[in-house]
Amino acid sequence: MTKILVVDDSNSIRDMVSFTLKGAGYETVEAKDGKEGLNTAQTGTFDLVISDVNMPNMDGITLCQELRKLPAFKFTPILMLTTESSGDMKMRGKSAGATGWLVKPFNPEKLLATIKRVVP
Amino acid sequence: MSVDLSQFIPSFLEESFEGLELMESSLLNLEQGDDETINSIFRAAHSIKGGAGTFGFEHVTEFTHLVETLLDEMRDGRREIQPNDVELLLVSVDCMRMMIEAIRDEGDYEQSKIDDTYKLLEIALNQNNDTSTPTESPDDSKDKQSSNATWIIEFIPEHHLVQTGNDPILLFNALADLGEVTANANCKELPAITDIDPEELYLSWELTLKSSWATEQDIKEVFEWVEDECQLIIRQDSKLAQDGEVKQEVEQQREEVSTVATSFEENKTPSIDVNEADKEPASAKSSKAKSEGGSIRVGVDKVDSLINLVGELVITQSMLSELGNDFNISKLERLTSGLEQLLQNTKELQESVMRIRMLPISFAFNRFPRLIHDLSKKTGKDIELVLKGEQTELDKTVMEQISDPLVHLVRNAVDHGIEPSDVRVANGKPKKGTIILDAYHQGGSIVIEIRDDGGGINREAVYRKAVEKGIIDESTTLSDSQVFELIFEPGFSTAKEISDISGRGVGMDVVKRNIQALGGRIQVESEPNVGSTFRVNLPLTLAILDGQLVRVGNETYIIPLITIVESLQVKPELINRVSGDMVLYRLREDNVPVIPIFKLFSLSAEHESVENSLLVVVEAEGLKVGLMVDDLLAQQQVVIKSLKDNYHDVDGISGATILGDGSVAMILDVPGIIQMAIGRKMQIGVRQMMSSIEGVEA
Amino acid sequence: MDIQTLAAEIPDADQTVIEEIDFISNGKQFLMFNLGKELYAVDILCVEEIRSWEEPTKIPNAPSYVKGVINIRGLIVPIIDFRLKFDVCAAEYIDSTVVMVLTIETDEATKTMGFVVDAVSDVIDVQDDDIRADAGFVGSIPQENVQGLVNVNERVVTLLNVPALQHVDV
Repeated sequence: MTKILVVDDSNSIRDMVSFTLKGAGYETVEAKDGKEGLNTAQTGTFDLVISDVNMPNMDGITLCQELRKLPAFKFTPILMLTTESSGDMKMRGKSAGATGWLVKPFNPEKLLATIKRVVP
Repeated sequence: MSVDLSQFIPSFLEESFEGLELMESSLLNLEQGDDETINSIFRAAHSIKGGAGTFGFEHVTEFTHLVETLLDEMRDGRREIQPNDVELLLVSVDCMRMMIEAIRDEGDYEQSKIDDTYKLLEIALNQNNDTSTPTESPDDSKDKQSSNATWIIEFIPEHHLVQTGNDPILLFNALADLGEVTANANCKELPAITDIDPEELYLSWELTLKSSWATEQDIKEVFEWVEDECQLIIRQDSKLAQDGEVKQEVEQQREEVSTVATSFEENKTPSIDVNEADKEPASAKSSKAKSEGGSIRVGVDKVDSLINLVGELVITQSMLSELGNDFNISKLERLTSGLEQLLQNTKELQESVMRIRMLPISFAFNRFPRLIHDLSKKTGKDIELVLKGEQTELDKTVMEQISDPLVHLVRNAVDHGIEPSDVRVANGKPKKGTIILDAYHQGGSIVIEIRDDGGGINREAVYRKAVEKGIIDESTTLSDSQVFELIFEPGFSTAKEISDISGRGVGMDVVKRNIQALGGRIQVESEPNVGSTFRVNLPLTLAILDGQLVRVGNETYIIPLITIVESLQVKPELINRVSGDMVLYRLREDNVPVIPIFKLFSLSAEHESVENSLLVVVEAEGLKVGLMVDDLLAQQQVVIKSLKDNYHDVDGISGATILGDGSVAMILDVPGIIQMAIGRKMQIGVRQMMSSIEGVEA
Repeated sequence: MDIQTLAAEIPDADQTVIEEIDFISNGKQFLMFNLGKELYAVDILCVEEIRSWEEPTKIPNAPSYVKGVINIRGLIVPIIDFRLKFDVCAAEYIDSTVVMVLTIETDEATKTMGFVVDAVSDVIDVQDDDIRADAGFVGSIPQENVQGLVNVNERVVTLLNVPALQHVDV
């Protein structure tokens, strides 16, 4: 089963993303900030990481950089959840090694449609 | 597939309120260059905006966006942190709260306030010359011009494309959602086998898409995440019309890529079924998350301890049932210890369950920094607020209901307690006034103190006012504490004119009534030029009560322990009979009216004369009275049950409980009993009588 | 009796079934009870349980017909003495005295109350058609508490209107 790590400090967003993904048959693991996300990432293998950008303890950009340093995450797709679709934010994400971004607000259908670009 | 997200709205709302609280308290403590604080405020706003957008609360998103932009400028250092801006942000927080409360209650909000604040935010943002509002999410409404066209897409990725986690095959799969796709790989750049770096991608593709509806924008969107890492040429070609067997070709490609980028995992066929017809955004209307009822977030530790206790209970139970299988007298000791253990388990379980409803009082205290901030500005008084014992826990319901009375008491302290700066300085006090909110546990109850270092209650003014209002007679002599109690009388207000702050039509009598309705009491102490202390005593929970069991005749009653001052054996020489029926008992300085419960409840008692009975001295309504009982029984915690469910309210009774033997016992409503015994109008008369007696004897 | 006659007496299977359905949809079962020498009945679906009389916990200053409250599985249930409330007969509390616990369901609320009666007897089937209006004379039971009268053999049974009992305690 495709396993997805969802990292967001907002409970409701996290629940919602998870709910949507689970409903579509994905397996999800949740983490509430970058730090927890990084720890969780090391406990297993994941097919996709979806992470918020603005989070306490460790932000999403740093998480992305840290994940890319891990051999197991070298090619793993990492999508950033962002409300800012400005080029600047995308560049920062890209240079940190992110695969792509999801612009909030998103609806569940859109979420499922777009992640098809990175997970089988 | 349609996903109904409305079930997440309550959790979004809860989180938003927490976020708003955090924004507010952080804004109040905001200092220049405090990046972490600014960041956390920004994050809170950001989350609210994101959530609101997702659930389709456009008005919240739109408003919060401006707030976020302003915060973003502060965060980046593009904008200095100015008091004006902080003030504006505080007002904005109020607006957001109002809108979100309206969502929760499915009610209305004050649109004009939102509009005004929105304008102010816009003005503030425009002042900062180079404000560039971040562009909102791209408009994803599709240009549905039917164009039954064939697109040719040249996709030449950079070699490192796969290192950001992108996979061309999956992109092609996504593209295949738009129509029929044919892919031709170009291997020109593939180096000699010895030079191949397995982490690089050497292929490029020419793709053909046949679609009746896809626009260039749709295609670009598929490649959105890789557009900076590839050359992408999209052109329309109406001549090309091949019947490509997409799947097969893509499969072929897949194999090819797998050999190139060796670390790709086995691809599985995606099984996502997106129902195009059902693209309505999740509607919010179905959510019903009223402020009452709501949910409680419980710490995992509390749940774990519950589970442990249940585990122990199960062990005890199985031990006992095994014991019962073939019981004989030699096992009596084990039975006793088993029952002991059961008692212990039950007790701990009860405490654990009650703890689930307990929240730290900081939830109620949190609003006060803002309140003091606003009140200081309004009154021009310089006031510092000190919060103590914020982690003291109390029942969620009690907390919700004590919040408003506390606000009133704090307003009162600002308005009537703390003097204007010049007066303070003239009286040799620090210019800055202090209000302390302190919470602590005392026995089975929680005490909340509101202390100010202001001028204290003006005894003369209160007295005069009470006479003026006809609450007391001019000839009445009262002790200090009796005078202070007068401020809780209905219709009493010492403010020379009704002020905007504390004179909002609710008097101290309402505060007192609300506190009593919770089974609590309020006392006041005051000293001229030193300050006043209001002390609120509340039960920890409304569901369980610490009670003293007493016997009157054949009936067992429960007196809430919180109301009991002391219990004593009557000494005949201390009894005074006055004005016919009234019996007063001398308790040190006080004369305590004696209430014979048996008479009040139309029962027969064992001891119908005061001389032989026991007195339980209780305090309520600012009065001490002695309740005549036949016997004092055990003290125990009782679960409060309403009489109203199947019957109706009964004067003098606040509820019932079930005792250990399965029988029902009534819980006495002490304030109610006092009212029954002496009647509302008589109260002051009794007070006068008491003081005149005091006067005579003093 | 030969087999033919027997067969004729056995009703058609279909008929029986129809009769059963007919019976259930038109009629109701009532529980009959005694107050002194008079017979009363209540809809059996409202009867929660029958308990023997036990001294309840007194409610201060309650009217004489409110005997107090008892604990029924954690519920605090008031006990009303029908005999005193409706002034039907003298109230004795002896071994055969029972408490009929009724669930009183109305639009406003659902209440559980216990009613003291001298004895409960049979369950009777009552067709809607059998219920007659109150004879018109004013008895001691308020009109709104009476659903109607029904004849059982040579006796007249007063059917009580259970929902109307919800304010019987005041």
